[in-house]
Amino acid sequence: MSLAELICPAGTPAALRTAVDAGADAVYCGFQDATNARNFPGLNFTPEELEASVAHAHAKATKVLLALNTYPPAGKVDLWRQAADTGARLGVDAFIVADMGVADYIARTHPDKRLHLSVQAAASSPEAIRYYCENFGVRRVVLPRILTIPEIRQIRKEIPCEIETFIFGNHGLMVEGRCSLTNYLTGQSTNMDGVCSPASDVEYLRHEDGSMSSQLAGFTIDRFSPDEKAGYPTICKGRYTAPHRSEGYYAFEEPISLNLSRLLPELIDAGVHAFKIEGRQRSKSYVRGVVSAFRQAVDDIRAGREARIADLVALTEGQKQTQGAFETRKWR
Amino acid sequence: MTSDTVLSRRPGLPGQGAVAQLACTLVQPLLSRVVRRIAAAHPSLFARLGPHQTTDFLIDPVELPFALHLRPDPLALVFRAVPRHAVPQVGATIRGRFMLLLELVDSEEDGDAAFFSRDLEVTGDTEAVVRLRNALDDVDGSIAEETASMFGAPGRTILARMRRAYANEPKGHATR
Amino acid sequence: MAVKDMMKLTLGPIAYHWAADTRRDFYARIADEAPVDEVYLGEVICSKRAPFHEPDLPGTIERLQRAGKTVVLSSLAEVMLKRERRATEDLMSMEWPEIEINNAAGLYARGNRPHRIGPFMNAYNEATIAWMARQGATHVCLPTEMPAPAIAVAARAAGELGIGIEVQVFGRAPLAVSARCYHARAHGRTKDNCRFVCEDDADGMPLFTRNEQPILRVNGIQTQSESYVDLLPETGQLAADGVTHLRLMPQDVDMVGVASAFRKVLNEEQAPDEAETSLREICRGRPFSNGFYYGEAGYRRIAMATPA
Repeated sequence: MSLAELICPAGTPAALRTAVDAGADAVYCGFQDATNARNFPGLNFTPEELEASVAHAHAKATKVLLALNTYPPAGKVDLWRQAADTGARLGVDAFIVADMGVADYIARTHPDKRLHLSVQAAASSPEAIRYYCENFGVRRVVLPRILTIPEIRQIRKEIPCEIETFIFGNHGLMVEGRCSLTNYLTGQSTNMDGVCSPASDVEYLRHEDGSMSSQLAGFTIDRFSPDEKAGYPTICKGRYTAPHRSEGYYAFEEPISLNLSRLLPELIDAGVHAFKIEGRQRSKSYVRGVVSAFRQAVDDIRAGREARIADLVALTEGQKQTQGAFETRKWR
Repeated sequence: MTSDTVLSRRPGLPGQGAVAQLACTLVQPLLSRVVRRIAAAHPSLFARLGPHQTTDFLIDPVELPFALHLRPDPLALVFRAVPRHAVPQVGATIRGRFMLLLELVDSEEDGDAAFFSRDLEVTGDTEAVVRLRNALDDVDGSIAEETASMFGAPGRTILARMRRAYANEPKGHATR
Repeated sequence: MAVKDMMKLTLGPIAYHWAADTRRDFYARIADEAPVDEVYLGEVICSKRAPFHEPDLPGTIERLQRAGKTVVLSSLAEVMLKRERRATEDLMSMEWPEIEINNAAGLYARGNRPHRIGPFMNAYNEATIAWMARQGATHVCLPTEMPAPAIAVAARAAGELGIGIEVQVFGRAPLAVSARCYHARAHGRTKDNCRFVCEDDADGMPLFTRNEQPILRVNGIQTQSESYVDLLPETGQLAADGVTHLRLMPQDVDMVGVASAFRKVLNEEQAPDEAETSLREICRGRPFSNGFYYGEAGYRRIAMATPA
């Protein structure tokens, strides 16, 4: 049986400590710049904060993974290299990367460091994964959220590295690392700037009847009636009309979160080594709730008991959850 | 801001007229003490606020007779109660039930979840609100407890009573 | 001028599910009339569509080559299913014509044999481009969202490595791909049961905001921009920065006319603003954008500060 490590989000040093206390096996985090895909205002770590956080995590036998999972635009590669050097100096346990140039640099400069392939690399076949393993020594792949469990099982048989899958959080619909929707409306790029629906371009408008519009860069992404649950103001979770759909509909996906708590035993059996919880942009309250719930579930499974599964629906987007592609191909 | 014009015309909220003015006058010295103590204890909070140290926030607990005006400028900190008929022009407004707002400050509730459920409403400069949220979220421990402790045993008793009362209330929309 | 003369015009792969006879007619006309140097063929978006036009590929290749065009076969952007893995592997085993790779599965199969890098491969920077060149890449098409300063640095690096560098200068921008088919979803179906509804939208299915503002186009699993990227006024700068190939993406407009407009500017037979006027007529009032190039929101149209 695999170890079923719990990989937990840390948007701030306090969230990192919360995740460690709640039972994370590893936490993942990033610097306060474009080198990671959650480059959000007021979030993330200074090098000094990361240094103290690594010490705190290591004192409690928790690993720290540094996300360097964006794509440096030509001319700015040094920022990513410096971030890698700083992370190595501060003793992080692994780097999570997507860009081949960044992977190549770390593989050559810090050959003793573990490389994890970010979901932003969108490696969804054994061949793609093997490419990164053989060329950069990648030790673990974070799989896109688009594969069924039988597909994951098959991939496991054909690759030489560990598998990490998302089990909870934002249900990303677009192939990660291949999405320029935000840049199209705002001028800030998810791949190059680590930005997705930047808060600076988001505006909520409340109308007289109690309904609310969410706008991104002046485009109305959605409008919620007074009693409707809301979601993130991302383009892929908006409602639009189309020639065949005169009523606004969720053209891509409704506000919903991934929750695979009931599939954990099957995922372990399929050969998944690590479970990832999404949500570096979320609060300590979310981290505490979700990490402790999954800690208990995984401990139960390890002990051969039936997993006790806490209700996490209150923390989900749109207050709805799904097992997405992991459950059925019909999702596609 | 659309929301501000709506707010000023919205009927049924407490906080109109002389009573609200009196409430503000009574609560103001406490607010000033609270915010200075917290700022002194958690200086890293300001770094996360970045350029929004000088943004004016209106924190609007829907069931209280007044709203709160916050300007988290370390050089000239403002935290004052304002009657609803005299709210200043602000960069961002955060609206919800008082205990929810308190729990958000203390990270007992998750801001995104409260937003998804529509218990929390945000208007104006969204980035300012996100920065404030992330800055407060990086504070260890409970700001509410710290505040209550400033007033000794009576303060802690009042906080505990408020929490119990809130736990028994049905949770509803920010707008109700 | 000499630099501009050396630039090649390319026609990207058709992103849409055009019917087989539409494609045949389209490429016949491209072969006979379009002043493009290189043509990319093959299904990049959806593996389910490939069987409809693969039988015509040999004939199309032959026809285009006879007309003096270089033909390149493009691989799938998304490789997940068995048939997609096999299709990618088969394509990578070909010695001829040239191959453009859009997924790392293709890179794995191709090894160090020569190949081109497609716009879905995320070659954003000089380090990645150098890595790719060491593995046998002879040519790189940059991601459509790259801004001018990064294009310039990438093009200089590619020049030093002696490989070609390509930028999309016309057509809807590819904005996202997904495992889910949004065409099928719009019609209440799933990807496995799509009945090829995407064939009805030769230029993509429009999406509008709730304020009736057109915003995006759906093309099966792909999401595209509502506006057409148009870098015709910027061709001079692209040439000066060392870009070697300009890519026109096939849209449901007179692509011979589009290619001619670009060709005339490259040959300095027509001023960019004149060519731009005819391009607008050809595109029947569809919105043009160049925001990505200027580091602004992609949908925006930025006026040039100084004439080329």
